[in-house]
Amino acid sequence: MSKEFVFRGRAWVVGDDIDTDMIYHGSYLPLTDPKEMAKHALEYVPGMEDFVERVQPGDILVTGKNFGCGSSREHAVITLQYNDVAAVIAESFSRIFYRNAVNLGFPILEVPDITEEVETGDELEIDANTGRIRNVTKGIEVRGTSLSGLEKEIMTAGGLFGYLKAELQAEE
Amino acid sequence: MGQTFAQKILARKAGLEEVEPGQIVTVQPDKLLTHDNTAAIAKIFREIGVERVARPEINVIVLDHVVPAATEGHATNHQQIRRFVEEQGITHFYDVGEGICHQVLPEKGHALPGYLIVGSDSHTPTHGAFGAFAAGIGRTEAASVMATGEIWLMVPHSFRVVVKGGLPKGVYSKDIVLYIIGDLGADGADYRSVEFAGPVVEEMSIASRMVLCNMAAEMGAKAGVVEPDEKTRSWLTGRTSADFQEVFADPDATYERVIEYDVTELDPQVARPHTVDNMVPITEVAGIRIDQAFIGTCTNGRLEDFRVAARILRGRRIAPNTRLLILPASREVLLAALADGIIADLVTAGAVVLNPGCGPCLGAHQGVMAPGEVTLSTANRNFKGRMGCKEAEIYLASPAAVAASALTGEIADPREFL
Repeated sequence: MSKEFVFRGRAWVVGDDIDTDMIYHGSYLPLTDPKEMAKHALEYVPGMEDFVERVQPGDILVTGKNFGCGSSREHAVITLQYNDVAAVIAESFSRIFYRNAVNLGFPILEVPDITEEVETGDELEIDANTGRIRNVTKGIEVRGTSLSGLEKEIMTAGGLFGYLKAELQAEE
Repeated sequence: MGQTFAQKILARKAGLEEVEPGQIVTVQPDKLLTHDNTAAIAKIFREIGVERVARPEINVIVLDHVVPAATEGHATNHQQIRRFVEEQGITHFYDVGEGICHQVLPEKGHALPGYLIVGSDSHTPTHGAFGAFAAGIGRTEAASVMATGEIWLMVPHSFRVVVKGGLPKGVYSKDIVLYIIGDLGADGADYRSVEFAGPVVEEMSIASRMVLCNMAAEMGAKAGVVEPDEKTRSWLTGRTSADFQEVFADPDATYERVIEYDVTELDPQVARPHTVDNMVPITEVAGIRIDQAFIGTCTNGRLEDFRVAARILRGRRIAPNTRLLILPASREVLLAALADGIIADLVTAGAVVLNPGCGPCLGAHQGVMAPGEVTLSTANRNFKGRMGCKEAEIYLASPAAVAASALTGEIADPREFL
């Protein structure tokens, strides 16, 4: 994952209200190995049943409103991370998914109406530092939220874990 | 300028005079709630490299998700949690059988007015019914709270939801909150703090207020709250010796939205598969055949819920080919329902009583569904596959509606049975 938060990859577009059971179903909660968790990403999203076979490293997930609603499970973030999904761009996120993404160092951007600007297979360029998104295929550019403040510090450390480790070392 | 409940409580916890929505504050929660996921959290905690939990007194651990263990894997998970509890000297530990974390915390005096509670469960907002600010968090940050005793929180914008009118017969707090979710949408209160107020909420029992705050999670809210009153104080009497300071929104607080609902004409509500905001009055879905009826969970597994179910089912028999599952939210609820004769009434009517815990709500055990089956449930979620089968359908309603439907074997209007 790029520490600079600049990515280029193919888009996968899904709809509104993709809940945590669709992203990572509750029946797989006992799994602890992230590589095993990765095998079930988006399995319950209609039309995305074979996502894990077709996803390429660096691909970008583009979603409608309220992505990640439901459970507090971090697996929903981890399963995307371990498929080497570079980032999620959503029209909006549910709050626990959003927090989990920040705390696990997984890039997320909010862009209103993004699903109207992007089709599955489009080539996207993202700069999460500025919130700039370029749809290379369609030749359009849109702007979303950018990373700032404590969230950026946590993301830059690779997540809350890395951030805390650095803080604890600084205290010693 | 006036401050909302969320602003006041977070300002106080952050040691600041005032905070504004959008501001990020670092705060020390009064309680950290974790459940069967404690072993996974403990693993992250150890990897951070800290030996001892920073403030063991704030930890409350309740085993509830898959209890008693359904598989060796679940049993090993519970075992690891018991060892962690022992090793870290955590005193607020509630083992298998005590109940669902969102019921056990208040019963044991851990959810108090003015408290800041974070929990590694998305229905943590339930504790707002006691005037606490309670929000769900993820595992990594729960581990971080164990390590540091602190957490970052963004001060949310607030909605004030005012419920007025007279609640009709057969209509309950579950119907009100389902209606509100249907109106606002599953992301309608995303990241917001939702203050429930108005005469109907003031009239409500504590159990009914818990339904509102529990379901606030299903409109995306960070927290739901009902400000404390005489009922809250009386409910908490004898449950705690801790000091707490009640917090109230200022009358001139600034809200992003103030929304009023008059419930005088409200029908019982049903959420259709597969989203909680897919709402209709029960009259529109009456007659849909059900295989399973389920009364329980952290939403509707309390004494008043079983009392209304028993009122409908007493002396009658549930429909053939329909299963009725009863799941008390805690040992205390189960004991009260036993003492009242409610459990005997329900079992005589054909119900299966499950032990206190999360049971079939999350599809791990006890009442998993088969392809093509339909469940009418009092739970808070009807996501595809939620009860263990992606080709099954889940409808959500009040305990009265579920009891009436168990009798007829199809979705039924409870008003005809009361």
